[in-house]
Amino acid sequence: MTINSNIPEGSIEKKWSNHKFNMKLVNPANRRKYKIIVVGTGLAGSSVAATLGELGYNVHAFCYHESPRRAHSIAAQGGINAPKNYSNDGDSVYRLFYDTIKGGDYRAREANVFRLAEVSGSIIDQCVAQGVPFARDYAGYLDNRSFGGAQVARTFYARGQTGQQLLLGAYAALNRQIDADTVKFYDRREMLDVVIVDGKARGIVARNLINGKIESYAADAVVLATGGYGNVFFLSTNAKASNATAVWRAHKKGALFGNPCFTQIHPTCIPVSGEHQSKLTLMSESLRNDGRVWVPKKKGDTRSAKDIPENERDYYLERLYPSFGNLVPRDVASRRAKEMCDNGYGVGTSKMAVYLDFADAIKRLGSDAVFQKYGNLLDMYKQITGEDPYKVPMRIYPAVHYTMGGLWVDYNLMSTIPGLFVLGEANFSDHGANRLGASALMQGLADGYFIAPYTISNYLASNKFAAVKEDHKEFTEAENGVTATINKLLSIDGTKTVDEFHREFGKAMWDYVGMARNKAGLQKALKILPEIRAKFWKEVKITGNAHDINTELEKAQRVADFMELGELMAIDALHREESCGGHFREEYQTEEGEAKRNDKKFAYVAAWEYTGKPGKPKLNKEDLDFEEVHPSQRSYK
Amino acid sequence: MKLTLKVWRQNNKNDEGRFVDYLAKDVSPDMSFLEMLDVVNIDLVKKGETPIVFDHDCREGICGSCGMMINGRAHGPGRGIATCQLHMRSFSDGDEITIEPWRAKAFPVLKDLMVDRTSLERIMRAGGYTSAKTGGIPDGNTILIPKPVADEAFDAAACIGCGACVAACPNSSAMLFVGAKVSQLALLPQGQAERETRVTRMVAQMDEEKFGSCSNTYACEAECPKGISVTHIARLNREFVSAQF
Repeated sequence: MTINSNIPEGSIEKKWSNHKFNMKLVNPANRRKYKIIVVGTGLAGSSVAATLGELGYNVHAFCYHESPRRAHSIAAQGGINAPKNYSNDGDSVYRLFYDTIKGGDYRAREANVFRLAEVSGSIIDQCVAQGVPFARDYAGYLDNRSFGGAQVARTFYARGQTGQQLLLGAYAALNRQIDADTVKFYDRREMLDVVIVDGKARGIVARNLINGKIESYAADAVVLATGGYGNVFFLSTNAKASNATAVWRAHKKGALFGNPCFTQIHPTCIPVSGEHQSKLTLMSESLRNDGRVWVPKKKGDTRSAKDIPENERDYYLERLYPSFGNLVPRDVASRRAKEMCDNGYGVGTSKMAVYLDFADAIKRLGSDAVFQKYGNLLDMYKQITGEDPYKVPMRIYPAVHYTMGGLWVDYNLMSTIPGLFVLGEANFSDHGANRLGASALMQGLADGYFIAPYTISNYLASNKFAAVKEDHKEFTEAENGVTATINKLLSIDGTKTVDEFHREFGKAMWDYVGMARNKAGLQKALKILPEIRAKFWKEVKITGNAHDINTELEKAQRVADFMELGELMAIDALHREESCGGHFREEYQTEEGEAKRNDKKFAYVAAWEYTGKPGKPKLNKEDLDFEEVHPSQRSYK
Repeated sequence: MKLTLKVWRQNNKNDEGRFVDYLAKDVSPDMSFLEMLDVVNIDLVKKGETPIVFDHDCREGICGSCGMMINGRAHGPGRGIATCQLHMRSFSDGDEITIEPWRAKAFPVLKDLMVDRTSLERIMRAGGYTSAKTGGIPDGNTILIPKPVADEAFDAAACIGCGACVAACPNSSAMLFVGAKVSQLALLPQGQAERETRVTRMVAQMDEEKFGSCSNTYACEAECPKGISVTHIARLNREFVSAQF
């Protein structure tokens, strides 16, 4: 397959404005004739559905919760970046662009990243207008804080619940359109297939999660905003239902999958406490603004933190990276924590944790000020661990958090299936091999409010659409396929539950395709993962039936897809013989243990094509040209 | 720990429903309440029975999906937490725990502990927003909002829409839920233009959904996982009255 990123001509500063002018428009009176399906209503989905509704399109939005407010965007804590330069510390659109390209370890597309930085300021204004209660100073101005991978304070926040407030803003905008009848909202529906007619995405097949009915919906364009696939590891910071089914089934229908192995491991999560653990809880990176990360200098030290004197503590991030200190990017902080624990310096009963200590901040600012900034996070920690972080240092360990990989999209956020647009975490586009903090909210809303509405209009205006209804044979075939899979799953009646399989598969993923990877481990993974998948299809046990609320059946379909995607991640990780950002191959590191890229061989996006059988993908490459930022060894020293 | 669970089982909206006893063995104090139910469900599936259905997702107290009455209290013992944040260290070996769905006319049971809260959605759609269209918005700093006002608006906006306030209220009133949104937008300059129509429409929708009235028991505030204050109900009343004249 030939892939074209469709990057517009012109200087980087002019590309988006030129493109906006060159794109075709749909006359306001004609917009309601076009039907657009939006799948997923988190930040990206809600914002695009609301905006398309405002423009006058006939929008149909699908969500597997009963409300868009349950989407996992709600859990983002720390903030959203925008180069407003309110802090007067030298920020600019170009600097945010530069930081994001560098933070992504030179594996993102320059033109997309520049556009992201360019529109990010408008997002803040938009959210303010919606009534999002961002933090303000006493004079009433918007407040900023700093985040990893940047030396300016450009992060806007709403206490430790920024994602919640932004999602509620987008949700309100969507509600307004539902109220105005421009958007029809379908709750508790899970998309199980995308339907292609004459080479274009023309609809979806979804399961009604209340009564089990398989339903078809036709449209002129389909937008997937269905989030990331971190749950392939079973334990992650994602919500329990977050899944890859929509993107994976689109992949199997022809959408290429970009950089599947680029997974972000977040450095500050609450460590695993036992076998029963169902998910991991993130502690916002913003805590690294005032918290100091340390381990004992002595290996296997069993003293409690308060008994370890100052001179016997190793503040290793401050020692190794004097200029960025505790605020190095996530991939670097995660890897160093793992290394400390692997080398015997870990703390806590499991020894798989490092300290994040607020004692100095409390001394300097007082506990009231620390509460003001981080109150809800510290309370959350106390609730989960039973320890008081105002008194003893928090214990943290890295956990799977975000997936930079996703469906490949061009500059217009369109996948390789014409008419199938992919937004937010579900696409691969802007974060390269590592996402900087406070950039996910930015990307989701940039895609939804300010980019996709233009590019979708252009697509609709540039194409002719034959009338397609839900009784078209492609819909019937897709429905039959979906029903067959469900019936097959229910008929197995084996001995092990879906969760048990998922946990086993996730552990293998974490062990061999996790934070540090190597050739032998990945080859082993490629042997083990298909074996677990084969066992799943023979031995899984699902009770209940298909015509009712059946949470086990819902999980089983998602896990079945994870088991195919996981294998693709391992294939991608094995093929990429370099380290970059979150993809760390132990064979490729600098003498100081940093990721060592191979720009000659791997400065490309790996866009994998499904060939009809899992485990046999075909590689397509999109070469990355760096005209603005010259790739260099990242240094945060 | 070993615990006896009395769990409400109900097949669908029309089924009568009943309590069924289950034994939860090998419960660790570090488990969350939902992880304890996960373990019970694995046993049930292995025995060929249907697992206990409950809504849940983020499991960190922010998505508002989970919610059940545990020993008669919304989200169980402890203050300022959702069910997913409740840990088994709050219970003792041998305890009997009664688990029920939210009980309210406006929240019909869908299955077991899962209820239909779309009534809250319909209230939000009846004006729980500012009519700001995408684009053409002036710089965020052109609207100055003093910190105490922004903070109070945030306190109201922290609502996670779980419905615990309704479940805890003897009248099944949604006044805290509605008050939180009305109050947030009434406090902020951005909410002024539609202040009166908003409160009028949202209250009308609330009544239509058959939520009860507020009789100042303050149970809602006590059980709210985000500790939202009843002062927002007072503001809702004030807004509503002043909108009528």
